[in-house]
Amino acid sequence: MFDSSKKNKRKTYGIVSLFLVFLAVIVYFIMTYCFEVSGTIALVVSMLLAILTSWASYYNSDKIVLSLNGARPATKEENQRMVENLEGLCIAAGLPVPKLYIMDDGSPNAFATGRDPEHGVICVTTGLLEKLDSNELEGVLAHELSHIKNYDTLLQTIASVFVGFVTILSDLFFRIGINVMSDSDSDNKASGAVGLIGFVVGIIFLALSPLFANLLKLALSRNREFLADSSAIELTRNPEGLISALQKISTDTDPLEQANKSTECMYIYNPIKNKQGKTSSLFSTHPSVEDRIEALRNIH
Amino acid sequence: MTGLIIALVIIVALLAWVVMVYNGLIQSRNKVKNAFAQIDTQLQRRFDLIPNLVETVKGYASHEKELLENVTASRSGYMNATTNAEKMAADNQLTSTLKSLFAVAENYPELKANQNFAKLQDDLKGTEDKVAFSRQFYNDAVTMYNNKLQIFPNNIVAEMFNFKEEDLFKTEEAAKAAPKVQF
Repeated sequence: MFDSSKKNKRKTYGIVSLFLVFLAVIVYFIMTYCFEVSGTIALVVSMLLAILTSWASYYNSDKIVLSLNGARPATKEENQRMVENLEGLCIAAGLPVPKLYIMDDGSPNAFATGRDPEHGVICVTTGLLEKLDSNELEGVLAHELSHIKNYDTLLQTIASVFVGFVTILSDLFFRIGINVMSDSDSDNKASGAVGLIGFVVGIIFLALSPLFANLLKLALSRNREFLADSSAIELTRNPEGLISALQKISTDTDPLEQANKSTECMYIYNPIKNKQGKTSSLFSTHPSVEDRIEALRNIH
Repeated sequence: MTGLIIALVIIVALLAWVVMVYNGLIQSRNKVKNAFAQIDTQLQRRFDLIPNLVETVKGYASHEKELLENVTASRSGYMNATTNAEKMAADNQLTSTLKSLFAVAENYPELKANQNFAKLQDDLKGTEDKVAFSRQFYNDAVTMYNNKLQIFPNNIVAEMFNFKEEDLFKTEEAAKAAPKVQF
């Protein structure tokens, strides 16, 4: 019944390994073409910086994201139904109950964050509470809970770090590598025809690398959406709830006021609505709702 | 000499494999036990709400004696239950009596307007869902354990150490067991 989630996990591993290969190739090119000591030091320093900043954001991601989105904690008195429902889903999933937050926004949407299930946070908009019935809300909560259960937030962080690395590396190459070439006119590695071709390929590759890295990250995020959908159904055993929730959310016309690019991939439905192009493109963080509903119907 | 070494290596590898499967089975079985306890925790919380409910209803509809007695009976049914099936039967009993109780409550506007009553109604609904979720969690754990147990070659190890299959929780079973509860 839940084979799709297994296939999806394999796909995720595939994408992550592609990332690693990709990174290795970039490092190889850079190592080959700029061996200057200052370049190496710069590389190490920038990598350390990247690791440090991403580490800090990883540990505080929940706080940062929540303050970015202006959320307040949900209380049991005010939202008993939802809190109880979430507690129930956590029992079924065998997870600790994540903190629940509410964001004042008319657009129905929700997101999850936190580095592991012990620090999980789920945030829903007031629009979601107003516009969805209890079955649909349960589907959305289960979807977000699945993101936490599947460590998607962690994966997202890792993916962002990769993209950051690649961008820094290619940037470095163009600052330092070009210098190296113009400095050393006599005996360098890029003499000879073969060396030149390699150099040109390397330059093109490095120039395009941030773009490739981003595409991989987006593919990863789309995959995780499918996985979270199918895990959600595993919890609720009620595909119709999530399907009709997705339909309602996607046809809603209220734009999410708080949405920004950095938190985009965390929402259940892409909060930045574009009118053109309904099919999922290479550049979208989420698969199209049609694709997701199709996948949900195929779960049985 | 080399033959002896090869034989030793094979034996050690086999032993290591047996230990691995054995530990895996123990882990899964403990997960089943934990899931089992989860159901009971939720049932306990559900039945803890009953005395309060009975008191509240009495204040407004004291002459609905039979209904109230049924509710109390399902609670004592739960208290006296020794097996999980009996406990679930008591819970099913409670769910159906509560249905009629809340239907009757429609005739008592004052009771319906009582905030305590409304809160109890929500709490009981919430715990009912949680019982269902915990049962689902238990069934998932049992399925995983049984799969591990029956798959070849794990079944050989399971046989050796006398691991037994666990039963899934079916709602019909619990319903069938319902008449056992004494009123």
